[in-house]
Amino acid sequence: MKLSTDPGCKLAILIIAGLVLGALLAGWIAPHDPEKALPELRLKSPDWEYPLGTDHLGRCIFSRMIFGIRMSLLIGVVVVLLSAILGIFLGGAAGYFGGVMDETIMRVVDAFLAFPSIFLALAVIGFLGSGLTNMMLSLILVEWTGYARLVRSIILSLKGKEFLEAALSLGASDQYILRRHLLPNVLPQVLVMATLGVGYAILGAASLSFLGLGVQPPTPEWGSMMNDGRPFVRTEPRMMIFPGIAITITVLAFNLLGEGLRERLDPRSSIKMDF
Amino acid sequence: MLSFILRRLLLLLPVLLLVSIISFSLFYLAPGDPAEILLTGPMGTADPVTVQEFRHKAGFDDPPQIQYLRWLSRAVRGDLGHSYITGERVLDAILHSFRSTLRLALASLIISFMISIPIGVLSAVKRGSMFDFLGMALALLGVSVPNFWLAYLLIIAFALRLDILPVAGYGLNGDFEHLILPAMTLGISAAAVTSRVMRTSMLEALSQDYILAARARGLHERSVVLGHALRNALLPVITVVGLNFTYLLNGSPVVETIFAWPGIGNLMTYSIYDRDYPVILGCMLFLAVLFLALNLLVDICYYYLNPRLRHEAEH
Repeated sequence: MKLSTDPGCKLAILIIAGLVLGALLAGWIAPHDPEKALPELRLKSPDWEYPLGTDHLGRCIFSRMIFGIRMSLLIGVVVVLLSAILGIFLGGAAGYFGGVMDETIMRVVDAFLAFPSIFLALAVIGFLGSGLTNMMLSLILVEWTGYARLVRSIILSLKGKEFLEAALSLGASDQYILRRHLLPNVLPQVLVMATLGVGYAILGAASLSFLGLGVQPPTPEWGSMMNDGRPFVRTEPRMMIFPGIAITITVLAFNLLGEGLRERLDPRSSIKMDF
Repeated sequence: MLSFILRRLLLLLPVLLLVSIISFSLFYLAPGDPAEILLTGPMGTADPVTVQEFRHKAGFDDPPQIQYLRWLSRAVRGDLGHSYITGERVLDAILHSFRSTLRLALASLIISFMISIPIGVLSAVKRGSMFDFLGMALALLGVSVPNFWLAYLLIIAFALRLDILPVAGYGLNGDFEHLILPAMTLGISAAAVTSRVMRTSMLEALSQDYILAARARGLHERSVVLGHALRNALLPVITVVGLNFTYLLNGSPVVETIFAWPGIGNLMTYSIYDRDYPVILGCMLFLAVLFLALNLLVDICYYYLNPRLRHEAEH
């Protein structure tokens, strides 16, 4: 597989594997309970017992960062999975059936795209309330349009190809054609978009949680940890710096992997290095 | 040209209608009774009879489609209602804050182009070199960094350690020194996206026949790159201005909140904290309409600047 020869991809896979491992073994790696506050130990500098020190409530920052992986990966995967499913269904229906169905679905897509993405997400949370579930819903409403447009355009480009004509003349049903002939053609590019999408979703969730509108305390999440650190930026900048590093590395890994996959799939559309 | 614009405007109508339906549906689904919220003052909740009376008078007990139509007919005339908190006209609050956002966006756009055009052009000209590799690696890093983190890194460096710029604020009227840090935050993030587009567009231009012809005529490499390739490569960059603007606006809730910049992102965030529903709804509608108009404008510019498209349409 060519993927494993791309150094950027190798690095990305390594990082993601490490993150997944960290998420699975969080209870094992973290030296302390991430939600246990010990007021007498507040704002402690890093030492052997607390590798990154403690926060304003005396909670172990390192343990909160490790448990934060779970939250970010969960949000990223759930948001991408549900947006992709929604996008595949609606984009597939629009592209395959065409006509009024296509017009209607695509105008809805256009309408959703008219809102600047973070404002749409904010409005959903503003009206329906903050918290993990509504935040994920808001990110899904932002992301599904990309998949719908992608899937529709691929299906349109395949229309009239011989293998479809053949299946049709053999009396295959729409459902059969969609599932057996079109879905496999759509999935590779959806996978690329989904990989990049995990990064976007994690970044979006962190922004919303940073504003206090996403994951609620005391649950450990990187964006909300940075929000906790805001009043202490003068004296304890590490409360903001470490979670930020975690977000950057995670998002970078998914971006690198997504770019690598895209290049493998379609070298021409790649914006990556080409030597 | 005129028929192109008319056709595009006509296509916009159903989208605008759907935009208003989506916005109003979210507003309608919000928990809490607007009549009760409005009548709850410092003295506590009003008595149920008064609330019921007010609810009926203000039409909050009408079916949703009637409420929607009433809201829509006011909205198209520019009446977006009043803030639950300040009582200010929503449109006034939005227009006022949007001016601050525009000022910030313009400054960010300039910073973004100052970074991204040189990097994009040089990366393309020196394709495959160390510079190219570093430039594009930085761009990838740039799109992965959360802008609120970048904002605090800049605050820690320039406002707290070096102490040469204010941490946050607006000054009397959006002073220059208050503008620098938020504009840098947004500009650097946007530059990461733009420099990649600039590089691709420049590579595309450099591979054209007219570049070969220019080189064959013995022109200096400098005039080939700047006079021929860059001029053509800048065309797609018009789309990038639109893209950049989107990017900048999307950064505004977080960055404006951090730097206490009184723009539309800040307005939106605080309206959510205050559950000021008419303002949230107003911001949504305003930005969507603005975006659709902006996209139309970009398309028209594109159409106008690209003679090939014009000819295709005429024949």
